[in-house]
Amino acid sequence: MALAGITKRFPGVVANHDIHLSVHKGTVHALVGENGAGKSTLMKILYGMQKPDEGTIEVDGTQVTFAGPADAIDRGIGMVHQHFMLADNLTVLENVVLGSEKLAGIGARARRRIAEISERYGLGVRPDALVEDLGVADRQRVEILKVLYRGATTLILDEPTAVLVPQEVDALFDNLRELKAEGLSVIFISHKLGEVLSVADHITVIRRGTTVGTVVPAETTTRRLAELMVGSELPTPETAESTVTDKPVIQVEELRLTADGGRPVLDDISFTIHEGEILGLAGVEGNGQTELIDALIGLDKADSGVIRLAGDDITDRATRHRREQGIGYIPEDRHRHGLLLEAPLWENRILGHVTEKPNTRGKRGIWLDPSAAQADTRRIVEAYDVRTPGIDVPAASLSGGNQQKLIVGREMTHKPRFLIAAHPTRGVDVGAQAQIWDQIREARREGLGVLLISADLDELIGLSDTLRVIYRGRLVADADPGSITPEELGSAMTGAASGHLVADDTDESAPDAPGKEGA
Amino acid sequence: MKKYDRVGRRIAFAAAGPAIALVAAVALTSVVLLVSGKNPFEPYTVMFEQATFSDIQVLILNDAAGYYIGGLAVAIGFRMNLFNIGVEGQYRLAAMVTAVVGANVALPAALQLPMLILVAMLTGAFWAGIAGILKVTRGVSEVVSTIMLNSIATSVIGYFTLPSVFGVQVGNNKTTGEMAESGWFPGIDMGAAGEVYGFVFVAVALGIAYWVILNRTRFGFDLRATGASESAAAASGVDAKRMVFTAMLISGAVAGLAGMPILLGDTHTYSLSFPTSLGFTCITIALLGRNGPVGIAFAALLISWLDNASAELDYVGYDTEIAVIMQGLIVIAVVVSYEAVRRWRLRAQQRMVGEELAAGHTKPTAPGDPGDDDTEKEVAAR
Repeated sequence: MALAGITKRFPGVVANHDIHLSVHKGTVHALVGENGAGKSTLMKILYGMQKPDEGTIEVDGTQVTFAGPADAIDRGIGMVHQHFMLADNLTVLENVVLGSEKLAGIGARARRRIAEISERYGLGVRPDALVEDLGVADRQRVEILKVLYRGATTLILDEPTAVLVPQEVDALFDNLRELKAEGLSVIFISHKLGEVLSVADHITVIRRGTTVGTVVPAETTTRRLAELMVGSELPTPETAESTVTDKPVIQVEELRLTADGGRPVLDDISFTIHEGEILGLAGVEGNGQTELIDALIGLDKADSGVIRLAGDDITDRATRHRREQGIGYIPEDRHRHGLLLEAPLWENRILGHVTEKPNTRGKRGIWLDPSAAQADTRRIVEAYDVRTPGIDVPAASLSGGNQQKLIVGREMTHKPRFLIAAHPTRGVDVGAQAQIWDQIREARREGLGVLLISADLDELIGLSDTLRVIYRGRLVADADPGSITPEELGSAMTGAASGHLVADDTDESAPDAPGKEGA
Repeated sequence: MKKYDRVGRRIAFAAAGPAIALVAAVALTSVVLLVSGKNPFEPYTVMFEQATFSDIQVLILNDAAGYYIGGLAVAIGFRMNLFNIGVEGQYRLAAMVTAVVGANVALPAALQLPMLILVAMLTGAFWAGIAGILKVTRGVSEVVSTIMLNSIATSVIGYFTLPSVFGVQVGNNKTTGEMAESGWFPGIDMGAAGEVYGFVFVAVALGIAYWVILNRTRFGFDLRATGASESAAAASGVDAKRMVFTAMLISGAVAGLAGMPILLGDTHTYSLSFPTSLGFTCITIALLGRNGPVGIAFAALLISWLDNASAELDYVGYDTEIAVIMQGLIVIAVVVSYEAVRRWRLRAQQRMVGEELAAGHTKPTAPGDPGDDDTEKEVAAR
């Protein structure tokens, strides 16, 4: 399979530009790149979900055009989506045959075929299990089997490891090697460089929508790959000198929250962030971060515990009060919590700060001041380099990165005392990323306290003054960002290590750290 | 130039939905006429002709006032994703209570009229507030509760209009007795054409207030934000529950006024012949008017015209129900065409943003954007 000169333009961005990629039979070809680099678009083009504006796709030496996924499937291309597309209330067998009843019926013949495929590639799938009873890794194998059942010879796996724990990742890689040995090719999309190096035969790096090079794992390192991914100059999130003061800006004491089933979601969370301090919170998604943010911003009430903002107890205060008192919020899901997608940019600039200047005027701020808000939106668009033709276009028409820049600009404009920054650079291009880091550092110098939540461990380590690890709703470990490595942090995130984490080379002085072990 | 272009485009998009809906509704109505073996065009000429008579014009305007106010009441709910189907019950209950109060209290006109208007608003707000409380505290869908409350309102009205309570039997009509004359809202005498209700102007004022509050106040912004994205509004500090309750109260208060043009301007009593089902028609009107004060005005006039002009159809051998069929078809066509236009518009805007950015791509990227040069170097090196 070969792609040449693929270009795809979207409103606001050129998603793919002059992409070159050739995948050989019997190999695992990894496609790596940052969030927003254009991997997903390329994959959709490969699978016939999007049509390229320019360029050619060749399969087995013949040039093809895909009118839709059905064409791609006919050509032996199959896709395993990141979010599984399975019907929970059906059995594995039913899920596999669903939509391909013509291939081998829905009865014994289909069952035989499933058993045969499962056997050949070592997938270990039980045809009669209900999908809702299966774990994540099993579901993924069902997805793979589904694709193979339809006769795929090229499999596209979109971030398959994002949902897996390390052991499951190893098992998946064993499966991939089986597939490879049988002469199938696999396109593996990821941004986890370590995994890519261990499983791929070729690695193509995609940056800012274009392929910047193809390497073989033996001749490269994660560092080199990372540099290819972000450009030769790795922008480092490092904060130069410490600006931490002893004035607490936010104090959280013994915050607890129990889910409906009695499972603790937040368990005895206590921390203090001082003026000029960035506290980085590491953790695998879904370990209580969302609930902690909701409790801090006031969207959800914790069952017990106290939250103080600059000494004032705000535990029972409403969200609006908290925001007026200087809590800034860069939400993890900007579409759900940060924007009114169909409203113009200037109305989005008002969102969250409707009671504050310059958005309102009059003594008690009852009246909106659209012209002042519009003027300030223009300023934000200029200062934060939001790429837009104007401030009257709806937020939905901007690319994700530009939406994020608008949100960051809005929050920073109001000079927050405490900023909740959840994945502040997710989906943002490298230039904007550096700019957002600069903004946060700048505000930190002026005494801003930040709770930084990010899946990007380099960002966490580089930007934070203090690091904490959240695991199953508990703050299980802390670390010094000056000496910790992403790997060590990663092991604490999976619950493998706890206590005070110290870098390995200084480890001998800390034998009392419970549960600490090498990653 | 570009600015002008954009304004033109915006107007085109705003008009496209209603235009498509109306054309579709007319076309489908013609099909119905054809199928029943009637002339598919004549009814329209008859109805258009009706609109040229001044007495019909006064009727259209007078009825439109009530429709307009009711339409605003529904639109307030729609703007924050609340479906107040209870306008029907709210306006009828409010009209009945106001009529009773007006018949039993006689203040000077300067006090009587504001007092009656206040009574109507409070009654409507109270009735809608029940649905609001149920939704906020118990999570009861406002659709279900307001439908129920409509039925209950009918029973309550039936009880209050009993001669043994507040009712006054006039012939075989149950009324609430004639209201004190100080509570009659003065109209404008048009001679032979009739009298234009003074409440028409109140309706216009309400429309202006609706626009100002929604677009120029903090409260309006919060309300619209809640309607556009409840999660984003909550994160921005809107107390969703309070907003739901407040919006229900306001919607109900405005709904309470919907019966006032006819009550204070014409009948001066609540009786069995007081118009019903205005509250349901107003849902059509708010939909057709895209919840905007101007759009609702056009929609109210349109529906009022269909109502008043269709009476003539009977005399020339057509069924007046043609107008009802058309109203129903308008609702369906509106729902379909607005969603289509909304998507089409969003796509067009995205494309436009893309084009404009692509055109302006020669603009050097901002300083502090190290990635750009490197990309070119890398591509060249490869």
